[in-house]
Amino acid sequence: MKSSGASRTPVTYRAALAPYSVWSVLFVLVPLIFVAFYAFTDNDFAFTTENITRFFTAKSNIVGEDGSTTEVRTYVLIFMRSLKLAVISTLVCLFMGYPMAYIMARAKEKTQKTMMTLIMIPMWMNFLIRTYAWMTILQDTGIINGLLGKIGLGPLHVIGTETAVILGMVYDYFPYMVLPIYSILAKMDLKLLEAARDLGCGSLSVLRRVILPLSMPGVISGVTMVLIPSISTFYISQKLGNGKFFLIGDAIEGQYIANNLHFAAAIAFILMVILLAAMALLKYVTARFVYGGD
Amino acid sequence: MKLSAKIYSAIIFCFLFAPIAVLLVFSFNEAKSLSVFSDFSVKWYVELFRDRNTLAALKNTLVLAASATAISTLLGTFAAVGINRLRSRWYRAAMNTVTDIPMVNPDIITGISLMLMFVFIGRLFGASTSLNFGTMLIAHVTFCTPYVILQVLPKLQQMDNALPEAAMDLGCTPLGAFFKVELPEILPGIITGAIMAFTLSLDDFVISYFTAGTGFETLPIRIYAMTKKTVTPKMYALATIIFFVTLTLLLISNVVDNEDSRKLKERKKKK
Amino acid sequence: MEKIIELKNISKAFDGEVVLDNMSLDIHDNEFITLLGPSGCGKTTTLRIIGGFESPDSGDVYFMGERINDIPPHKRHVNTVFQRYALFPHLNVFDNVAFGLKERRVPKQEIKEKVERMLKMVMLSGFADRRVTSLSGGQQQRVAIARALVNEPKILLLDEPLGALDLKLRKDMQQELKKIQKNTGITFIFVTHDQEEALSMSDTIVVMSEGKIQQIGSPTDIYNEPVNAFVADFIGESNIIDGVMLADYRVRFGGHVFDCLDTGFGENEPVDVVIRPEDVDIVAPEKGMICGNVTSVTFMGVHNEAIVDVGGFKWMIQTTDPVEEGAHIGITLEPDAIHIMKKSKYSGMFGDYSSYSNELEELSNSEEEAEA
Repeated sequence: MKSSGASRTPVTYRAALAPYSVWSVLFVLVPLIFVAFYAFTDNDFAFTTENITRFFTAKSNIVGEDGSTTEVRTYVLIFMRSLKLAVISTLVCLFMGYPMAYIMARAKEKTQKTMMTLIMIPMWMNFLIRTYAWMTILQDTGIINGLLGKIGLGPLHVIGTETAVILGMVYDYFPYMVLPIYSILAKMDLKLLEAARDLGCGSLSVLRRVILPLSMPGVISGVTMVLIPSISTFYISQKLGNGKFFLIGDAIEGQYIANNLHFAAAIAFILMVILLAAMALLKYVTARFVYGGD
Repeated sequence: MKLSAKIYSAIIFCFLFAPIAVLLVFSFNEAKSLSVFSDFSVKWYVELFRDRNTLAALKNTLVLAASATAISTLLGTFAAVGINRLRSRWYRAAMNTVTDIPMVNPDIITGISLMLMFVFIGRLFGASTSLNFGTMLIAHVTFCTPYVILQVLPKLQQMDNALPEAAMDLGCTPLGAFFKVELPEILPGIITGAIMAFTLSLDDFVISYFTAGTGFETLPIRIYAMTKKTVTPKMYALATIIFFVTLTLLLISNVVDNEDSRKLKERKKKK
Repeated sequence: MEKIIELKNISKAFDGEVVLDNMSLDIHDNEFITLLGPSGCGKTTTLRIIGGFESPDSGDVYFMGERINDIPPHKRHVNTVFQRYALFPHLNVFDNVAFGLKERRVPKQEIKEKVERMLKMVMLSGFADRRVTSLSGGQQQRVAIARALVNEPKILLLDEPLGALDLKLRKDMQQELKKIQKNTGITFIFVTHDQEEALSMSDTIVVMSEGKIQQIGSPTDIYNEPVNAFVADFIGESNIIDGVMLADYRVRFGGHVFDCLDTGFGENEPVDVVIRPEDVDIVAPEKGMICGNVTSVTFMGVHNEAIVDVGGFKWMIQTTDPVEEGAHIGITLEPDAIHIMKKSKYSGMFGDYSSYSNELEELSNSEEEAEA
């Protein structure tokens, strides 16, 4: 005979999970459906693909420095620009962050903890304000140019360039790159490195043939954690880019402010689909080619 | 540490702390300038505490953060307990994915998606404005809860599953076993999770920005509005205060966590 | 002795994998019963079903004649000593032991007396205020036993309780557990994969494999008269040889007809013949009933362990006489050294020492322990 059994069956545990399950469906999954729903409807909620086509076809003229005008696809350009800046920022984070993570992982245990705290502290300064602080440091009348002026140099025009936007992104998301790489490197068995040396590897060769491949999962999660927020950020480019480099996040915000909710949803939807596809691809590649990457 | 490593770390930390140092220093500037320091003064702090709107926003932020923390801690702790015991692989994978979404999804999409739903439902009921404290609270609970789960779940996994069974074996009801045995074991995770939820909620701008009602302004939203105009050192004073409050909370959370892992190590050594 | 637990036709599967297959077992009052088998044989699941931590997919569990399938663990008169003790790390020794009594709202004074008496019995008087995490493995083990026994259960379930202890401590605890069981008169249901432990402690051994009971009996019965090749191999060392039962008391194997003590087989029925390595006598080749060549000898301290090739089948022989590798020897067997078993699905899977090595044996043992 079948028996429903004693209380240890997961009934109680399912009950504990039920509120969160319901919450997740209502406030995580359903809202995502709403993004798609708004993206594919017009103001009267009739089906339309116009919002999506608008993203790919809307055109505008930009005036070059020499006064000539070129016609471009507005949102495609904005997206490509976001992608470019995000990729550059991610790479900068990676090349700055990997050595940092490595240094941390090889430090004494106490130093490791201190360094980790130090890396994380800036994240707890309000995002808007620290970005604004960079603006005051870098602007033409700012601190750096003030110092440069005293020794008769400059001024350096940084604000309003792509470099400033990249700097802002790198600054904001740097910890997200360091921490996952660090946690992998810190866990790595030092005997492996000794074994590699024992087998005749030099320092560089140990790095290339043992440390780098083993830390790939950390690198990949670092890259994802930097790429995603930097591609979708708004505000950084408004302040540090002086509003000259409209990014995809700014586009969404702009449409939201203008109350074009359906088009805002369409941009968000396209961004989401592209990110999802990129993540799936990354996951596939990782699982396939990276040890420990599943 | 090698010299080169020391120099490299020093450069990185200079980069990381430069804006924070600027903030700190200029919050004590006598003049209004954010780039030329004239004289030490606490006048911006004084002015900050005279600014009704900012104080109101501060109160709003704290109320919101406290409510969101309470709800998400409760929701997340029970969820973690449930997830930990899920036998169905399918259900477990689904829960993990759903928990990942708010953490991985760009904030702007989380914000937009919730906003769209609230606005739509508001329209259904014919409300003129559908965004208010409630919608913000829902949004904050939604993005805080995964972090609570992330803190509590490892504590549950470290715990010997036989512990609650032992309690039941000795006469506890399942609920009694949870409160008498499981809860004390996972408490450090719950505390760090709650602190994390609180600081995240305190600091959030993007999601709040999209789900905020017109009548409910939190500090980050106020700061955003202020940075659209010219900023005075008053805001730096505000940022400095928030920064130190958050920092204190995180240090507490670190102490709790360290104490817990020290105990765990001690326990492992004995085995 | 009256029946205290009856398991009737119990089946249990996890994720479609059958762990218990229509199993029935009676357990009597005041008995030290051991469930013995390799990991995955279903012994722990059986224990958990009795404890109420798992419910059977089908079949019934009776406690003193009453069906208890749907009784949750906290309402059963059964207590458990868990595999890794499961002591509550946030409570001290006293509060761990007092846990069950407090749950039953026993008066404070009584709790104090009972706990102190129990700590004395497990030789931990004076440890009451210690943190359980500061105790050694053996001490934790005693606390776990005290914590269960203080509730005066009808049955004590022990799930590989000695697995985490080192060899010396394990032997001591075996003696002590046996003593406690005698003194308290509580039924002990003990789960282990260690056959020596089972043989030295139990009144009754239940040998399990693949979710089925292979044999139930006293340690001597199980050792001397295993029912099939699995049991013969799992309990001690055995040479298991294909034979043919010619008639009652007459069996042929290795090209020779032996006298034996077994009856009740069909004429010319193929059988499995079990010969324990210590029951083989080595003699000069011309005096032997059968002959073989010694392929290896290992000195084991008390005895020598020789692997002997008899017509292609490798025997293990334990002898206190000196033997030399490469020697041609004769073998004689007394009738009581021969045990005949019916053919089973385990025939041919065990009892040949052609690929035997001590090292491998140890490896597979430690693997099993790691799993358990």
